[in-house]
Amino acid sequence: MIREFNTISEVNGPLVFVEGVGDAGYGELVEFILNGEVRRGQVLETTDKYALVQVFEGTQGLTPKTTVARFLGRGLTFGVSESILGRVFDGLGSPKDGKPQPFVDKYVDINGAPINPVSREYPAEFIQTGISAIDGMNTLVRGQKLPIFSGSGLPHARLAAQIASQAKVLSSEEKFAVVFAAMGITFEEANFFIQSFEKTGAIERSVLFLNLANDPTIERIATPRFALAAAEYLAFEKDMHVLAILTDMTNYCEALREISAARREVPGRRGYPGYMYTDLASIYERAGRIKGKKGSITQIPILTMPEDDRTHPIPDLTGYITEGQIFLSKDLQHKNIYPPIDVLQSLSRLMQRGIGQGHTREDHSAVANQIYAAYARGKDARELEIVLGEAALTDLDKLYVQFADRFEAEFIAQGEDENRSIEETLSIGWELLSMLPRSELKRIRDEYVNKYMPGVRG
Amino acid sequence: MGGYIVRVAGPLVTAKGLEKPMMYEVVRVGDLKLFGEIIGIENDLVFIQVYEDTNDVKPGEPVENTGQLLSVELGPGLTSSIFDGIQRPLTALQVNTGDFLTRGFSINALDRNKKWHFVPIVNEGSQVEPGTFLGDVDESSTVKHRIMVPPTISGKVQWIAPEGDYTVEETIAKVEQQGNVVELKLMQKWPVRIPRPVKEKVFSDIPMLTGQRILDVFFPVIKGGTACVPGPFGSGKTVIQHQLAKWSDVDVVVYVGCGERGNEMTEVLIEFPELKDPRTGGPLMDRTVLVANTSNMPVAAREASVFTGIAIAEYYRDMGYDVALMADSTSRWAEAMREISTRLEEMPGEEGYPAYLASRIASFYERSGFVKCLGEPERTGSVTVIGAVSPPGGDLSDPVVQATLRAVQVFWGLDQQLAFARHFPSINWLNSYSLYLDRIGQYYNRTFENDWLQKRNNAMVILQREAELLELVRLVGYDALSTEEQLYLETARSLREDFLQQDAFDDIDSYCSLRKQYVILSSILLIHEIILDHLRKGGDFNVLIKNPIRERVSQLRWLKEEDVPDWDTMERAIVESFSEEVKARD
Ligand SMILES: Nc1ncnc2c1ncn2[C@@H]1O[C@H](COP(=O)(O)OP(=O)(O)OP(=O)(O)O)[C@@H](O)[C@H]1O
Ligand SMILES: [Mg+2]
Repeated sequence: MIREFNTISEVNGPLVFVEGVGDAGYGELVEFILNGEVRRGQVLETTDKYALVQVFEGTQGLTPKTTVARFLGRGLTFGVSESILGRVFDGLGSPKDGKPQPFVDKYVDINGAPINPVSREYPAEFIQTGISAIDGMNTLVRGQKLPIFSGSGLPHARLAAQIASQAKVLSSEEKFAVVFAAMGITFEEANFFIQSFEKTGAIERSVLFLNLANDPTIERIATPRFALAAAEYLAFEKDMHVLAILTDMTNYCEALREISAARREVPGRRGYPGYMYTDLASIYERAGRIKGKKGSITQIPILTMPEDDRTHPIPDLTGYITEGQIFLSKDLQHKNIYPPIDVLQSLSRLMQRGIGQGHTREDHSAVANQIYAAYARGKDARELEIVLGEAALTDLDKLYVQFADRFEAEFIAQGEDENRSIEETLSIGWELLSMLPRSELKRIRDEYVNKYMPGVRG
Repeated sequence: MGGYIVRVAGPLVTAKGLEKPMMYEVVRVGDLKLFGEIIGIENDLVFIQVYEDTNDVKPGEPVENTGQLLSVELGPGLTSSIFDGIQRPLTALQVNTGDFLTRGFSINALDRNKKWHFVPIVNEGSQVEPGTFLGDVDESSTVKHRIMVPPTISGKVQWIAPEGDYTVEETIAKVEQQGNVVELKLMQKWPVRIPRPVKEKVFSDIPMLTGQRILDVFFPVIKGGTACVPGPFGSGKTVIQHQLAKWSDVDVVVYVGCGERGNEMTEVLIEFPELKDPRTGGPLMDRTVLVANTSNMPVAAREASVFTGIAIAEYYRDMGYDVALMADSTSRWAEAMREISTRLEEMPGEEGYPAYLASRIASFYERSGFVKCLGEPERTGSVTVIGAVSPPGGDLSDPVVQATLRAVQVFWGLDQQLAFARHFPSINWLNSYSLYLDRIGQYYNRTFENDWLQKRNNAMVILQREAELLELVRLVGYDALSTEEQLYLETARSLREDFLQQDAFDDIDSYCSLRKQYVILSSILLIHEIILDHLRKGGDFNVLIKNPIRERVSQLRWLKEEDVPDWDTMERAIVESFSEEVKARD
């Protein structure tokens, strides 16, 4: 049921008060008509006297007297069908590629609904990204949500694009799709992604939602939800394996903060609203697998850590929700290592069930554990060496320092087009471990040493 | 005209016109009849927290009273089940409404059609009081469900049902109470926010054994005690909670997933039916009750989920069982309180949390305890509560951590640096503590080995010494250490790698019996003493430290229980392995 009002009483930042509505639904979609231009908004609070609406396109130039608020009687929806593949939309789901509105199979609520935990299938299918630091040490599985924690100037875009182009599930040829949501990133970065999708041909199977740096800020709140509504449709109704890339979540959170400030809410840490955890969860939890359904949603959100601080609320709350993180490090970047993944600060919580016999290889877990331990020790020793000089180290520690150096140069570092199989990744790992005395390899069974260690094998 | 909505702001709905609203009363909100609970009354205005998503809800829609406090259904069928925060059975919800949660769907917590085999144990004419056993139902392979007289009822049994199959709603006993006849069923209801009554709380020194070496030896918790696990993301809180749910020597486990990941609940659902209860041999799921209100489920229900869980735990305690409740994570619970409080525009305390945060947290943990249960026969039961805390940035000055530390007796502090180095469980041995240590130490000494506490303390001294020595190494290098000091470092490393670390994902290492713990710990300490002794007599450090027995000790944790030698055998092997050295030197 559509109702119109010209009773705007107050405008405050992105917020508008409309008096005398009395029956606005919570979350209802509102159109503001000003001189022929239409802007959209959503009800944030509704009472028997007024409705408080956030305006996605902003309130610049909005004149309370002459603007009409039209309440549409429904929430934000997105028209989905398979013909959204290959299309580009703006941050609010309108076509942006000059082509007509795609055919609509049905309209879905962009907020979706929580998956019943009983319906979830535990993600355990190994995705080979071809990147050793991920496949070997922080394995990605289908249906996982694994963000990239980046910083300004770090190559998260290149890494995400490389994952998108190389990711495959061993021994399967299934329908896949890429859903890409850009929130406040530069034209240049968006363009980089598009070109990379074009190069690999993935563009035909992609749905893009673009809210760029010069697009309205508040719109960013809706953009990832449009993208995930599309992803859910493709995955759970059309059996596709969807890779959803959401970038940059930092801009999303800033939009959230802006609204919170305009509402004069009690600010949480660094001014972000207290409900940001819950809000982010309503995005990130929309990844996964469902029993009896062929498709899946794997999420790779990207965020830039302000001042590379992982305890900043954005990475912190993200880490508390997602199933691990790929952590990019300035130190490695300075050493010219691509991809600059700090494996110690990275984590894949779903790794354990996605590796080993039947998934990757029987020795995978042991090798990864041993490398972690050795690399951590090597890095510690390296720090000691910087302070006190090499002489202060034991012989064993010197060996560990060498291990750490070679690990960074040979295992982590690889080319931007280099696509390593899991076997290649593991054999580089064994090669490195062979530097250490056998007695140091406490986490690996003899059986595997005999089978896989270079020099021992055969 | 009845009640109607005047305002909707997220999970908080304000209504007017409700007749005789009652605090904590359940109401049905809007055309969709969403579940809500009254959390504030101000003149004509009633404030309601709504347990379901409020999208599309409008002012003017109706609000109905139910006259009931927010309650749980208690009876057979709780174990092996998974409920949401307000005890809706998620499996039945899936059958009825599909893979995604839909709103306003009303469903009973306990299955109304299922029949349970009831065996009476009281006679007609006998006098019963609250808590007295009326009979039994075999609820699962491991849990005998005691059907008890509800806490508010006492009197003479007028009629008791014969052995047979009954649904939870059928009458199984009639009790005459002050002239009235009360019909009792297999099921009873209890308001979640009110602790179930007991005769009294009593002192206990019985440890809750967890099969986790660092916990059982260094920072143990008692049955009926309280513990917290704070740590930054990815440090291992959930894995520890899962390990406790799997291996604790209790009769019933209530696991509350409060505002955490959906997949973590799925993991329990997949894993627990496959794992065997180390005590009974039955599937672990048979003793487990799951309450799942994941991070993307409505926030207000998160607030309720913790109470739903503890009420269920108390109910099994009342049967005379040892119950463990895990809440992961209490920070999400506190955040839910904060969100509702903010919307109520209450005066905020620290970090925007309500001023009553600390008292709520304390009263939750206070529902733990080792108790004498009400009714006949005489018995004791316990509820042990273990809460994970997720402070922002891992910062322990967080108000939720601080309030929790004041309420609990055991602190397992997780350390990010240990987690980065994949030292798991990443419990920091230098700052964690258990205030039960002395009590339990004496219990161990009395019932197990009489030098337990002594050995535990010796090991701790070595670990503390290590921390000091590492500081020194950082300043002057390793070479500056004496061989005795180097030995301390080696032993501490052995303690860390061969004892403290425990791989939750390894079939064998995941659980470690008390006996095995004792053998490993004693071996490491004995080797340390022997080498120390040799060093003082002029032995060669580099030779002594390479003694192959050390390698053998480091393999102990990976050995199956039955392959681990008893301590006498191990002790002899260690002593012998060093006697060669002595001969060589003498
Ligand atoms: N005992 C253990 N053995 C082996 N691995 C472990 C152990 N404890 C933790 N881990 C590893 O650490 C990862 C993170 O642990 P967990 O999920 O319990 O963290 P958390 O503290 O609950 O994080 P969050 O606050 O984000 O929920 C696990 O996925 C696992 O890889
Ligand atoms: Mg956790």
